[in-house]
Amino acid sequence: MTAQPTPVVETAGVKPVLLDVRNLKKYFPIRRGLLQKTVGQVKAVDDVSFVLRRGETLSLVGESGCGKTTTSRCILRAIEPTAGQVLLADGAGMVDVGHVGKRKLASLRRQMQMIFQDPFSSLNPRMTVFDIVGEPLLVHGVGNVTERTDRVVELLRLVGLRAEYMRRYPHAFSGGQRQRIGIARALALNPHLVVADEPVSALDVSVQAQILNLLLELQETLGLTYLFVAHDLSVVKHISERVAVMYVGRIVETASTEALFATPRHPYTEALLSAVPKPDPRLRSDRIVLQGEVADPANAPAGCHFHPRCQYAQAVCREKVPLEEEIAPDHFVRCHRARELSLRGVALPTH
Amino acid sequence: MSTPPLLSVRNLHTRFFQDEGTTKAVDGASFDVRAGKTLGIVGESGCGKSVTAQSILRIVEPPGRIVEGEILLTRPNGTRTDLVELPANGREIRSIRGGEIGLVFQEPMTSFSPVHTVGAQIVEAVTLHNDVTAKEARARGIEALRRVGIPKPERRIDEYSFELSGGLRQRAMIAVALSCDPNLLIADEPTTALDVTTQAQILDLLRNIQRERAMAIMLITHNLGVVAEMADDVVVMYLGRVVEQGKVDDIFHDPKHPYTKALLQSILSIESKPRVRLPTITGSIPHPFNRPAGCPFHPRCASFMPGRCDSAAPALQPLGEGRAVSCFLYQ
Repeated sequence: MTAQPTPVVETAGVKPVLLDVRNLKKYFPIRRGLLQKTVGQVKAVDDVSFVLRRGETLSLVGESGCGKTTTSRCILRAIEPTAGQVLLADGAGMVDVGHVGKRKLASLRRQMQMIFQDPFSSLNPRMTVFDIVGEPLLVHGVGNVTERTDRVVELLRLVGLRAEYMRRYPHAFSGGQRQRIGIARALALNPHLVVADEPVSALDVSVQAQILNLLLELQETLGLTYLFVAHDLSVVKHISERVAVMYVGRIVETASTEALFATPRHPYTEALLSAVPKPDPRLRSDRIVLQGEVADPANAPAGCHFHPRCQYAQAVCREKVPLEEEIAPDHFVRCHRARELSLRGVALPTH
Repeated sequence: MSTPPLLSVRNLHTRFFQDEGTTKAVDGASFDVRAGKTLGIVGESGCGKSVTAQSILRIVEPPGRIVEGEILLTRPNGTRTDLVELPANGREIRSIRGGEIGLVFQEPMTSFSPVHTVGAQIVEAVTLHNDVTAKEARARGIEALRRVGIPKPERRIDEYSFELSGGLRQRAMIAVALSCDPNLLIADEPTTALDVTTQAQILDLLRNIQRERAMAIMLITHNLGVVAEMADDVVVMYLGRVVEQGKVDDIFHDPKHPYTKALLQSILSIESKPRVRLPTITGSIPHPFNRPAGCPFHPRCASFMPGRCDSAAPALQPLGEGRAVSCFLYQ
């Protein structure tokens, strides 16, 4: 069984869409008692929609529990979405990853691969680098032993590792090198879409920049499309073309990186930007320190989820869920007061 | 003569003696913590920043041992005590640890006991260091929780640490540390496990408490942004050695050591331009068993001088007030 392809709408001058996520929802049931009765739901992802074009990088950014990782897992169908569509370009049309059969899913998975956060736990310590990087080829039945070896050598060179090292085990490598091995594995099947979940947050500061530079280079040479999941805004700024900010299961703002950092339109984005410590003692800022804590997705506040912490909240924010609106070209925001507020962003460097 | 600093670490060497070899976790570190000021200790993994803190508190786990050096603490009565000379589990160091020196660790989940209530753990700290009744200790515990901004402290005191969120847990940890009015608070990566908005709250809290009580803070972190926001003085460490120290503005705006310069250039900032290649430090931090000879940074250094940097380790060279750098470029 294959899903009916949806026709691709192409506009002149705009890159074609690779991934179109529509109204994605993932609810986890809360079960209690002897009979495991469902007593509630954790709305981890609640009506998330976005579009990812070929060759671009979109970052999902937010604090722990905002649903960014759950969203990325639903897209890869590592977990089953509760509702919504995940449309991936396949040949001439789009197929819904959430509703395809097993065999079709296997072939779709060749097109989307993942880079993980922790390079220490995501590589099997009992497998050599050759086995690790070559495993996707083996799983998908690509080539014979010689061809696979050639491909692994090529991949290791691509990520800046020496091919002589491929008979070694992961413990012989530093954190940065291990992350390169993980990247080589993700690229083995020539995917179109690479989902990177916090790929540099476990690395040392001086190594983070190396890995981000590598990801940017690989994107240029291989034409990759990245869905980047991160909590660190400085990392996000460095790698993305567009950014989607999530808060308690919803995307509250989506915009180009420049627009989002310079002129945020959602109060949560403003607070996030202001909370990041700037590495310059002369910029000790009058920071916006949010009160309270991130809301519990099992028991989220009514109306706009952010209203209990928002300094601009009014009566309407407590009652009505704000709808997403396009406030400027390609700048989407979910806030009742977005049009009247003027929020503080981050100044771009003058030098 | 001016008053001595609250804490002076001099030529500290802490080593771990393992079967595979000896790790020089701290290799001749020297620095001062001024009373009422914040000293930021920055460095990447394996630079010895946490072992330095453990050495000061005398909680280095075997096979680790302080082999050389002095750690001079100015006591409330004005005398100075060398903590290295004290017996590791003696009465005196135990009264200093958690008393005059408070502690906050990175992982608030693992630093609390899961089988005792938060209150029991604060009360334990208070009764250990003060001569008070159980009732007074509990009142002090509630007061300590209130001061760090925990809502409904009368109720929270009887909860277990796993019932608190990450931010509240870290506040409770700070409450325990402050319950005995320390002169020095050692905070080892206090906000690393927290989200940015929670991090901002905790940093704000630490700043307010410091202002109220004129307490010194030794802030250990890998996050240069946190150091820039919080510190008065900065010590930069690399593989167990202090490579540079100075006032926070000098370190960020006039770095001397090639490592400090490279580190500052390679960090990501939300103020930088999007999607540009960053300059990087080549290579990675060597394994502690594989420590390079001479200056430990020389294999990654842009200003490497063959025959000099790889043959001897440069000493920490004073360069004006509170400023020092260990590099042959300045000797």
